[in-house]
Amino acid sequence: MMMSTDMLNEPWDLSPAVALRPEPFGAMAYHFGNRKLTFLKRMKLVEVVRALAGQPDIRSALEATGVPEAQWPGYVAALQGLAATDMIRQRVTGQARTVQKGVA
Amino acid sequence: MTILQTRPVVARPEGGSLIEQFELGLDAPICLTWELTYACNLECAHCLSSSGKRDPRELDTDQCKAVIDELQRMQVFYVNIGGGEPTIRPDFWELLDYAVSHDVGVKFSTNGVRLDPERARFLASTDYVDVQISLDGATPEVNDYVRGPGSYDTAITALKNLQDAGFKDAKISVVCTRQNIGQLDEFKAIADQYGATLRLTRLRPSGRGADVWDELHPLPEQQRELYDWLVANGEDVLTGDSFFHLSAFGVADGGGALPGLNLCGAGRVVCLIDPIGDVYACPFAIHDNFLAGNLLADGGFENVWQKSELFNDLRSPQTSGACTTCAFFDACRGGCMAAKFFTGLPLDGPDPECVQGYGETALASGGRVLPQQGKDHSKANPTRNQPIMLTLTRRDDLQAPPVSACAEDPLAGLTF
Amino acid sequence: MAQDPVTDIAVSDDAELSASDLIEEVSIDGMCGVY
Repeated sequence: MMMSTDMLNEPWDLSPAVALRPEPFGAMAYHFGNRKLTFLKRMKLVEVVRALAGQPDIRSALEATGVPEAQWPGYVAALQGLAATDMIRQRVTGQARTVQKGVA
Repeated sequence: MTILQTRPVVARPEGGSLIEQFELGLDAPICLTWELTYACNLECAHCLSSSGKRDPRELDTDQCKAVIDELQRMQVFYVNIGGGEPTIRPDFWELLDYAVSHDVGVKFSTNGVRLDPERARFLASTDYVDVQISLDGATPEVNDYVRGPGSYDTAITALKNLQDAGFKDAKISVVCTRQNIGQLDEFKAIADQYGATLRLTRLRPSGRGADVWDELHPLPEQQRELYDWLVANGEDVLTGDSFFHLSAFGVADGGGALPGLNLCGAGRVVCLIDPIGDVYACPFAIHDNFLAGNLLADGGFENVWQKSELFNDLRSPQTSGACTTCAFFDACRGGCMAAKFFTGLPLDGPDPECVQGYGETALASGGRVLPQQGKDHSKANPTRNQPIMLTLTRRDDLQAPPVSACAEDPLAGLTF
Repeated sequence: MAQDPVTDIAVSDDAELSASDLIEEVSIDGMCGVY
């Protein structure tokens, strides 16, 4: 499977309009803006998504959470899926990370 | 966005499909229906909540806000507020504002009666609110027959006001009946005309629906027509997953299951909160058999959702009796629990509208006992909003629908 | 089989992991039992 090496080196964050709700098997991500609902079906992916904000890039998040490198293509594909629905957003360099409520 | 971890979560084995996980239940619903009031300006013939009169035990404003606080804590992201007609509660707009400013998105279901241009402008300027207008006919004749005179005009006016105010993507929600399944293209045209999204849902024999179900429920060939139409046109049509019993059509000819989870969400991922705080498995099952508890008497909504015996029962593997041997069981999952219950069929047997015809056989086999209806909130005395359908069932002397005063045919009204 | 360090539940080391093993999009209107 093609893996975007670019994405591995990019900084990403959870979108400000998204709430992440823990579930027994993973988590539910709900986007208050576009009303998309995505289930994260593994705890490990939830850890990766939580780790994004504190890491300089996706590679570091995968390393910090201990995802085996053989699984990185799958995780990047999942993150691309989350990006496609604006669940996660690429961090603009130099922008301070802010913690906001999902509802203004 | 903060990632909330306020609830300790008991881990469960991962893997398995999402459906399998959902059938085991979640610690909080994904979304839910909240009937704010049993009061209504209309008297629709098929009303699933038998609405009309306010129940004096209705939750007051503060009690409603406490429910919203709980929903926020539980991270229920979205509620569908209905009734009765929710907008005739004086505190409706206050509660709407309270919900959306406490992380609870709202879609409210309405007949449109209060959506004047000013309210429409307010809604257009408010985030996290969606509006769903009820319409059961693409023409006044078909719609008003079940919803009452003038109700078509009220709904269309509301749609127009929303469009003019710049409100984007309202929903038009249609209950599919024998009389309107031939109008699906016209419904879509109305939605397109007003910049809205069409939503088609299933008629259940619940509430007053039990009285009119025999006359109104789609015929077998109409179910096929509906399924085919959804496969061909349904890409931007919603269904609330209410046609998962039709998924069996897709097995034989490869049309596939309709979009949605294709499972009964009652008590597992959704539920109903009623105007007095009773919690039911779903809005189509308002009956003691499906009453999980009361949020005032039983320690709050979260407690009822997580601890109720009924819900824990629903979250354990279900027995589906003879249905499990059917080749199509994986697709239809035995159909709708409420449809079976209110037609007096056993819950571990076929849905009354089983596309293989097993439901028809079961209905015809006799010995069915219809359950006593739950609470009836219908108005004691019919008003001028009463739909023609109900007047017909009350007038034994009438042999045909009333003749319009505009009828031109000299033979109109002639009966033999 | 490795163990999920958080839950100690065994998880597969499947190297052929796809996005659909990890995420699934669901329509907010796609569950039965809501108006």
